[in-house]
Amino acid sequence: MNKIEVSAKTVDEAIKSALLKLGIEKDDAIIEVLDEGSRGFLGLGGKDAIVRVTAKENPVETAKEFLSQLIEKMSLDCDVASTQEDDTIKLIISGDGVGGVIGRRGETLDAVQYLVNLYVNKGKRGDDYRRIIVDTENYRARREETLIRLANSMASKAVKYRRDMTLEPMSPYERRIIHTALQDHKQVTTKSVGVDPHRRIVVSPKKG
Amino acid sequence: MKDLLEFIAKSLVENPDEVFVRQTEDDSSIKLTLSVAESDMGKVIGKQGKIAKAIRTVVRGAAGKDKRKVIVDIVDIA
Repeated sequence: MNKIEVSAKTVDEAIKSALLKLGIEKDDAIIEVLDEGSRGFLGLGGKDAIVRVTAKENPVETAKEFLSQLIEKMSLDCDVASTQEDDTIKLIISGDGVGGVIGRRGETLDAVQYLVNLYVNKGKRGDDYRRIIVDTENYRARREETLIRLANSMASKAVKYRRDMTLEPMSPYERRIIHTALQDHKQVTTKSVGVDPHRRIVVSPKKG
Repeated sequence: MKDLLEFIAKSLVENPDEVFVRQTEDDSSIKLTLSVAESDMGKVIGKQGKIAKAIRTVVRGAAGKDKRKVIVDIVDIA
């Protein structure tokens, strides 16, 4: 963490110069006044004010920096952009190396996302915890569409052939998309069977 | 490859100075041996090996066009 102590004639001046030195805004800093200083008398016996200014860690920047370095060390060429909504930080990767970051069925993307979350939330708990989503030019949105289409086509088959349709193994996140897509379906039910990483969804026609 | 693994491990542990990676390779495989401080083992392995699995996936992803098998071993310094 970036931390400096600065002294100046007044508290305000000391804070101002400390912020300038750290290159941050007042909102991104924790300010402690160590000594208010005193004016002295007729310019004699005056004491400088001392403040300690600490730069707050910015989780968005931390996450972005880590992800950029990670991608660079994977020898891939990508840009990282970030957005923040409430407690969720979203990092979007774009560029030539995107395919490499996604990997087979998003496997690498999920692993990268997991590592970014671990890094940013290292040593944090509860309120400080930030959820970070790593996505690449809408890979996740498109994958979700594909899964919903798959869910519907499997549901139709289950109804048509009156038998259980077993899907490929999927991650908990992907299974949830399928369960959600079919939860209001009138003619089928869904359940997951098996143990991760081989846990898979079975779509069954409703009895009767 | 070695750099990547070192970077990931160092960013997860409490004692980055004690992270060491050795890389050996032959025609069919690349083997990376990672060692960390004993107290940091959990930080690179995780519950049910979840972290270790993510590390392996990312390192393999970085192998890209290199078709050789990539092995990541995590060992005790001892």
